[in-house]
Amino acid sequence: MSDVLLRLAGLTKAYPGVVANSAVRFDIRAGEIHALLGENGAGKSTLVKTIYGLVQPDSGTMILRGQPYAPGEPRAARAAGVAMVFQHFSLFDALDVAENIALGMENPPPLRELAARISAVSEAYGLPLAPRRIVGDLSAGERQRVEIIRCLLQDPRLLIMDEPTSVLTPQEVDILFQTLRKLCAEGVSIFYISHKLEEIRALCQHATILRLGRVVGTCDPRETSARAMAEMMVGASLHVPSRPAVEAGAAVLRLNGLSAPPPRAFGTALRDITLDIRAGEVLGIGGVAGNGQDELLLALSGEVRVEDAMLRLRDLPIGRKGPNARRKLGLLTAPEERMGHAAAPEMSLTENALLSGAGREGLTRHGFLRWRRARDFATRIITRFDVRTPGPDNTARSLSGGNLQKFVIGREILQHPDVLVVNQPTWGVDAAAAAAIRQALLDLAAGGAAVVVVSQDLDELMEIADRFAALNDGRLSEPRPTRGLTVEEIGLMLGGSHDMEAAHEAA
Amino acid sequence: MDLSAINPVLLLASLMVAATPIILAAIGELVVERAGVLNLGVEGMMITGAVCGFVAGVASGSPLLGFVAAALGGAAVSLLFGFLTQFLLSDQVPTGLALTLFCLGLSALIGQSYIGVKGPEVADIHIPLLADIPWLGPILFQHDAMVYVGLALVGAVWWFLHRSRAGLVLRAVGENHDAAHALGYHVVRVRLVAIMFGGACAGLGGGYLSLVRVPQWTEGMTAGIGWIALAIVVFASWRPGRVVMGAYLFGGVTVLQLNLQAAGVPVRVEYLSMAPYLATILVLVLLSRNRSARAPGALGRVFHASR
Repeated sequence: MSDVLLRLAGLTKAYPGVVANSAVRFDIRAGEIHALLGENGAGKSTLVKTIYGLVQPDSGTMILRGQPYAPGEPRAARAAGVAMVFQHFSLFDALDVAENIALGMENPPPLRELAARISAVSEAYGLPLAPRRIVGDLSAGERQRVEIIRCLLQDPRLLIMDEPTSVLTPQEVDILFQTLRKLCAEGVSIFYISHKLEEIRALCQHATILRLGRVVGTCDPRETSARAMAEMMVGASLHVPSRPAVEAGAAVLRLNGLSAPPPRAFGTALRDITLDIRAGEVLGIGGVAGNGQDELLLALSGEVRVEDAMLRLRDLPIGRKGPNARRKLGLLTAPEERMGHAAAPEMSLTENALLSGAGREGLTRHGFLRWRRARDFATRIITRFDVRTPGPDNTARSLSGGNLQKFVIGREILQHPDVLVVNQPTWGVDAAAAAAIRQALLDLAAGGAAVVVVSQDLDELMEIADRFAALNDGRLSEPRPTRGLTVEEIGLMLGGSHDMEAAHEAA
Repeated sequence: MDLSAINPVLLLASLMVAATPIILAAIGELVVERAGVLNLGVEGMMITGAVCGFVAGVASGSPLLGFVAAALGGAAVSLLFGFLTQFLLSDQVPTGLALTLFCLGLSALIGQSYIGVKGPEVADIHIPLLADIPWLGPILFQHDAMVYVGLALVGAVWWFLHRSRAGLVLRAVGENHDAAHALGYHVVRVRLVAIMFGGACAGLGGGYLSLVRVPQWTEGMTAGIGWIALAIVVFASWRPGRVVMGAYLFGGVTVLQLNLQAAGVPVRVEYLSMAPYLATILVLVLLSRNRSARAPGALGRVFHASR
């Protein structure tokens, strides 16, 4: 047992109303890549925060290299050789790479010396990075490199990676895996949190599966099928969305050379996007985060106006029309950010139903609100989409992420759109709710509507989309039929020419 | 009208005096905002410093003790703001406004029996050799100590923000408090210290008004200088060097218009009094127009360490 690096013994952490971790126990061995699997809300985040000293457990102990380990704050964890790469990067946009790295170190050398060390480490691990660049200008992959190098400069014994690949292209993922394997060969243990099963099968030697705060199983992912692991995570057999084959109809929405400047600092410009979206099809748009997804959605919803001829809905130019005019014509959108963009958090579900449904559902008359109809509409959404809430008078904030997502997607679907554009429809939603949302989107398309799904979850797009296109730096690739598309082809569509590949060869 | 009565050397020399309270208040607020806190109570903290400094100065006869009291007074009321915004998580904008209103009343109460009283004498320092240079000497090197303290403070703040680790942490906290918290920095602690520094600086600026610039106590004597300091911080794009420039511009136009009033220029006095405010804001707006002037990312946002 001398090769155990970190032993967790009976870790329990409860929050009001929910037990995040319940008597969690397992070992992480020295020099292994250990996966932690679980659905959203399974308690993964709480567990890694406990190991990193951000959360104190209610009971239970940890032993690191034979010594009792109870970090009171991240500083103590770092001093003990535990480093962490965050899921949502903990970086400072306005500061440069070296300053960001200095902030994550206990005793950083002077900046000039640090810059030299950054260059050395980034070369050694094939992660090119210029120390003086401002972080706000970096791509998602580069930003992750900043975090990884920040960790590596402290010679960690245990590196925690929380969903590291969610923002990377397949090629970037390959590079990351090579780096991780190299580290692992040097004796560093890696604790790898993800719900992407194929990745875990390719990378990890050991997996612990968490469900509702408890360890429900362990396995060797190299010898366990993805389906078996998924079923351990969910605790039930998975429902795969089904769909009838549909002949795609005529083009409903045409994008003709759609271009737009970035709407904010550090945003992406849309460049010359031309695309036909046909009735009855589901068009999947993939891409690494920050390549124009949000901007495309803003241009389609009408929050950002473009030239009139760039967008045509059934031959009617709509580029200069605002969101309400487009809704009236049948183009509906559901943005990614649920709280504050798709829904007003402090308003009731009835009011939120009113906000987008007022026009198409006739919820106003002569400028006055028709509360009863609005309430009925909200109730219909709640029943039809199985939104778990006591009733339509509850605030949007009181719903869990998955339930609110069902509500905001359902709200648009029930308005019978001709074209529905959704961004990240199942982001942060548990597997059962995700399957329900995907099925609803497929049903909508089967009913003759055109559906555009923007998502970073490639598996999701492969599952429901008829055609697939990728956004890269504001440009959209030629859409291709999903059937028969290989991972390599998708990767090339997503990445285009990326400096990762050059680094790969150099390393 | 007699423009020849305006002595350019005297004009430039008094410009430095007129700019000093603004420099002091603005450099303090700059640090506060760089830490991500928007304290609109600068005017209030200044007037508190003005009255505390004057009372202590009169009571002790020592301008030094007066300035110490001014800084402490400003810091004390800023701590009230800090407690409300950092611990009770109140919104920073109305809290800062309330602080100003509260301090205007408080200072009037404290200073009631000091109206018309004469304050202690503050000596000018004649820097040896340099002060004897013709023209430059009287303009630059024959002022009271606080003029130089203000300038030194600007340099120190620049060095602190851009060259020291603590300054880097402060900027990080102001840029993204969630990330700073995740890395294990104490967001609230950093902000409280910054708020107190800002309060002390504003207090010094107020003390300079009542002990040197005017020098006596009258109600509401700050007359909007705290607000100008706030505006200068924003239009200076949160950079210390530009703060000095903005303050000198404001001080310069103030002194110039006073001189023009005295010389009897045939322009309505009200227009002349507006001039410094208009000119400063206009120039700084034009300057900050094309630069990528970005506010600290977390400016004004309430931080709550989520579970």
